[in-house]
Amino acid sequence: MAAASVIEARELSLTFETADGPVYALSKVNLTVHDGDFVSFIGPSGCGKTTLLRVIADLEQASEGAITVNGMTPEEARRQRAYGYVFQAPALYPWRTIERNVALPLEIMGFGATERAERIARNLDLVNLRGFEKKFPWQLSGGMQQRVSIARALAFDPKLMLMDEPFGALDEIVRDKLNQQLLELWARTRKTVVFVTHSIPEAVFLSNRIVVMSPRPGRIIDVIETNFPKDRTLDIRETPEFLKVAHRVREGLRQGHSYED
Amino acid sequence: MILAATVTRPSFTGALFAGSALPVAIIVLIVLVVWYVAAIPMNAVLSQPLIDQAGGGLANTLSISWSLPRPVLPAPHQVMAELWNTVFTVAPWRPRSLLYHCWVTLSSTLLGFMLGTILGVALAIAIVHVKALNRSLMPWIIASQTIPILAIAPMIIVVLGSIGLTGLVPKSLISMYLCFFPVTIGMVKGLTSPDPMQLDLMRTYNADASQVLWKLRWPASVPFLFTSLKVAIAIALVGAIVGELPTGAQAGIGARLLNGSYYGQTQQIWAALVAAAVMSSGLVWLVGFIERQVARAMGAKP
Repeated sequence: MAAASVIEARELSLTFETADGPVYALSKVNLTVHDGDFVSFIGPSGCGKTTLLRVIADLEQASEGAITVNGMTPEEARRQRAYGYVFQAPALYPWRTIERNVALPLEIMGFGATERAERIARNLDLVNLRGFEKKFPWQLSGGMQQRVSIARALAFDPKLMLMDEPFGALDEIVRDKLNQQLLELWARTRKTVVFVTHSIPEAVFLSNRIVVMSPRPGRIIDVIETNFPKDRTLDIRETPEFLKVAHRVREGLRQGHSYED
Repeated sequence: MILAATVTRPSFTGALFAGSALPVAIIVLIVLVVWYVAAIPMNAVLSQPLIDQAGGGLANTLSISWSLPRPVLPAPHQVMAELWNTVFTVAPWRPRSLLYHCWVTLSSTLLGFMLGTILGVALAIAIVHVKALNRSLMPWIIASQTIPILAIAPMIIVVLGSIGLTGLVPKSLISMYLCFFPVTIGMVKGLTSPDPMQLDLMRTYNADASQVLWKLRWPASVPFLFTSLKVAIAIALVGAIVGELPTGAQAGIGARLLNGSYYGQTQQIWAALVAAAVMSSGLVWLVGFIERQVARAMGAKP
């Protein structure tokens, strides 16, 4: 049986009116994300992948078309705290210690002190940051800070994780390691993940569905299903199947680009 | 080995230049020299007949110019003597004591500073949250600061006096009137300083306005607050002194200044000015000290 759909977008468009005329950030986007999916949006900058994620999160509003999150409008879903959002930068509050940064959503949502302490410990464990509770963000490396922001997004246990190029600013070695950890996290927690990236290997390695996007106007040009085992490791990046999928993604991206030059 | 030892041991002059002691000492010395020299021509009107009487000469010029009982510009040591006499030789609760007057001014400064900070922060919070207020209130706030305080202070004293408010409160209100402004300006900047990502994060949690204020905007504005408070506490003191001028000059630094000018007691004026400067720097230092403690508690890089 098919899993319930978490996100449904139909003919979704978003136009920004700017001084230089309208910018077509999204044009007639159709997309379904099922429960338990790991979906990646990939494309060059300006293709609307972050905008699409922000529309899902109700941080932007679509100009046309329809979108539901858990069967509700994005605004209702946001009000019910349906998702955890991880930004491009850690966006930790520098005056809060690591544990108090993770506690931030819990404080806002009214969790009690014991429940908070238990969730902080559990989620810092999940991202391998036990022992850093009392440190301030500047005392941690960039990769560790981003892991804190993931723990913070997981703290209130949302079913849906929206991640906007969370590892974009990190070096390749750290990124590989975090990709592996994220995949394990996904396998263990059974969350639905929507992940924005501009790295082909990252998208192919992490996702069971890859949404290839193209700019001007921002639109979806291909959706690729992958079928790698759940307990895959970074080694599969050398296999022919992996390279085949990566090739198809690259072809899609190239096709999208051929319009302009 | 000998060479290494010579290189690693800091020389005496090196140690002097490394710290701030020498530059400070040099500036103080220059100020004192300029002051002493300036006292000679400035006091000439009073001192010249006396010098001529004594038979002229450099020694007479210097000793007479620097020791007039009511000089136009008292020499530094005369001001120091006045300070010594009014601080250490009189009980601090007597009106002859400079400390008594310092306390009078300090109390209205602190009350005015407190009121001004509360008003300034409240205005900033209102302006940040209600867009219309930014347009409608800001021009009034700026206009309020373009009116010379000397013009408005007597009116405040008279109006409040007519409803029975005298003494500490009117002076504090003048202080407040001056010192809320930098707090408002600084805090509007500080409360809007969180970056869009930090604000978006709050939106994804569906946080309400008061949660955004207390968990994000307020802590983010703390560095701006302290910068404003340093400016505010210094002008609060100025406000308190100005507020003392039209009250009939009963007590306070302002009263000392006014009395001194009525009776030509320039030493008294200068001593009061020195006292005001010392208080002012002390207050600014105190705010800075609290700022460092708060910054440490908020995880600032050492």
